[in-house]
Amino acid sequence: MKDNYERILQSARDLRWDIGGDFHEKIMEALYTDATRIADRAVVYPDEKPRFDLDRTIDRLVTSRVWGFPLMILMLTLVFWLTISGANVPSGMLYSLLIDTVHPFLKSVAASIGLPWWLDGLLIDGAYLATAWVVSVMLPPMAIFFPLFTLLEDFGYLPRVAFNLDHIFRKAGAHGKQALSMTMGFGCNAAGVISTRIIDSPRERLIAIITNNFSLCNGRWPTQILIATIFIGSLVPAHLGGVISALSVVGIALLGVLLTFLVSWALSRTILKGEVSTFNLELPPYRPPRILQTLYTSVIDRTLIVLWRAVVFALPAGLAIWLSANVMIGGVSIAEHLITFLNPFGLLLGLNGVILVAYIVAIPANEIVIPTILMLTVLVSGLSTVGEGAGVMFELESGVATLDILTAGGWTLLTGVNLMLFSLIHNPCSTTIYTIYKETGSVKWTTIASLLPVVMGIVVTFFTAQIWRLIAGM
Amino acid sequence: MMEKKNNKSARVNLEKQQAQADCASCPVHHAANLKKLGVDMGSWDYVVALAGNPNTGKSTVFNALTGLRQHTGNWPGKTVTRAEGGFEYADHRYKLVDLPGTYSLLATSLDEEIARDFILFGQPDVTIVVVDASRLERNLNLVLQVLEITNRVVICLNLMDEVERHNMKVDHRRLARDLGVPVVPTVARYNEGLEELLDAVREVASGETLAKPYNVKYIHPKLDLAVSRLVEQIEEAFPQVPNARWVALRLLDGDERIIRAVEEGELGELTYTREDLEGVGASHVSQKSGFAQ
Repeated sequence: MKDNYERILQSARDLRWDIGGDFHEKIMEALYTDATRIADRAVVYPDEKPRFDLDRTIDRLVTSRVWGFPLMILMLTLVFWLTISGANVPSGMLYSLLIDTVHPFLKSVAASIGLPWWLDGLLIDGAYLATAWVVSVMLPPMAIFFPLFTLLEDFGYLPRVAFNLDHIFRKAGAHGKQALSMTMGFGCNAAGVISTRIIDSPRERLIAIITNNFSLCNGRWPTQILIATIFIGSLVPAHLGGVISALSVVGIALLGVLLTFLVSWALSRTILKGEVSTFNLELPPYRPPRILQTLYTSVIDRTLIVLWRAVVFALPAGLAIWLSANVMIGGVSIAEHLITFLNPFGLLLGLNGVILVAYIVAIPANEIVIPTILMLTVLVSGLSTVGEGAGVMFELESGVATLDILTAGGWTLLTGVNLMLFSLIHNPCSTTIYTIYKETGSVKWTTIASLLPVVMGIVVTFFTAQIWRLIAGM
Repeated sequence: MMEKKNNKSARVNLEKQQAQADCASCPVHHAANLKKLGVDMGSWDYVVALAGNPNTGKSTVFNALTGLRQHTGNWPGKTVTRAEGGFEYADHRYKLVDLPGTYSLLATSLDEEIARDFILFGQPDVTIVVVDASRLERNLNLVLQVLEITNRVVICLNLMDEVERHNMKVDHRRLARDLGVPVVPTVARYNEGLEELLDAVREVASGETLAKPYNVKYIHPKLDLAVSRLVEQIEEAFPQVPNARWVALRLLDGDERIIRAVEEGELGELTYTREDLEGVGASHVSQKSGFAQ
């Protein structure tokens, strides 16, 4: 049988010599000719071209050299402004329901049935509060952000973004389609990494995978939005707060895009050298978005699934944090030991020990960074007037109260800014790391993709802190 | 015997069509006929593949038929993995496989390879090629390539609303006659024409419709002779192969994947399980790079 197969291949090789080198082109030519002929017979074009082509007019605007980028930034700012200003009220309502009403109720039920203090603390102050916090803080912004983003996507705007960014990617030695996988990363980095499959060349695909983490994912948007609101929005008069906060979040997102270019460029000149391949990018027609269906799918597919993931990770994290804050070694809790240990290094980076511990806790899910930070800050700064005692994950009703806590914990504007930077530039979450491993099948590239951003984050925050202190010290 | 059965089913079919015409506008009727099974597809009678150029609405068709909510988006290259779901229609259970969108099946990139491997080795009972009716010419390249691999094809002429918006007209009957396979105009976004699409799929799957697919005419001296010599050898070694002409052309073109399939005798394994294809994903990245276009 094997001989049979070999004979077929041998005669194919012989015949290939016979028929000549233009065979492939001839096949393609025949395909195109026949396709054209069949299409011509079936399609009737309008006699008169319409004078005004809406699609082309919009395209000329959104992909123009002058207006393309400003429109893109404007569109992003608008989306974030709507998200930030629209999420406040429902967030407050959810907070007062889940934390002001349900939590005391659960506590009183626990007391009336005589639950031991540690079980009560573990379940209600640990697991329940963590979950309630994640729901009240993450649900409203996501329920606004995702439908807006999905509408833009449905309308056909994303390929135009890719079109605008294409020539920059090519200059960086990367594939133009990376613009699409990067945009996917703004939703979820794991999804972004999978979407790099549209890139055919392995070299350019690796570049896209390694840099995908610089797209702010939805686990990190809430951190950015909250810190921007309380540290940067509060620098300006109240009526400007929303816009300025939105702009600073857009600024961080754009910094991520810039880093994507820079790192792609550096990679394609060092460990991933090679030619840039060309491709056709098809700009799809604009389609009127289906509002109701978009709302439905983005709420079900994105919002609830992401929320569920956050809850799944927040629950055990809540338990773990409560335990680490209540289990004592030599009179001091485990959490405090860790924080004291990491604090000097944290301060060097313009951060602090609490933030570093929070980022270690949050490796499975970036979503729980902020609740962990608040809980640990209260713990070490010894504030007793807020929260429910040691190891309670909580959120405060107003940004001002959050600011008070963080200031009491030794936070400054620098800490806020550096937290936003570090949130952009650190290791991918464990799901993304696992996805990178599955896609590349290589321990080496997975390690590079995981460690490169965190090293960069340390360098960036270190220099920001030094320069900041130099200027502030003058 | 056989004829009688066909007659009977033809009559039943006719009555059914009558019934459908009578209450086609009634949503209860539609709901009763199409049962969306989502991912619950323990056993199935037929496997149906969804192929097509990027951004023609494959995932929209997929969602409409299975009731799943595979994420859809208005940009090419959104689906890079295979999604699977099921539906039940007119007493038969179907498994539907959504393939990545590709412009050709020459397998120069991973997504093209996934799509082609499934149509070729997965041996679906029916392959639906979703076509953007407003960009027919470009889409036909892929259609013609699929027709070379299999004749069990239904063309879903999608996005007919955009054809209308551009004041164009597409004659789907003419197209069906030229291509030799059923062509069904649809607007999948608004569930228009899906009932007709399902009927066409059922007829191809059950063998009621026998397609005589169009063959691309390669006007090339010496080629006919070379192809027929190879076809002879291929059919001798792999008597079950349904598309020896296509295999011969790919071998002459030096297609590495097909050469490997011959070398390892893979072409003869018609029992190739569909589960085996799960691994087609990331594990082997195509050696070649760059687009054929």
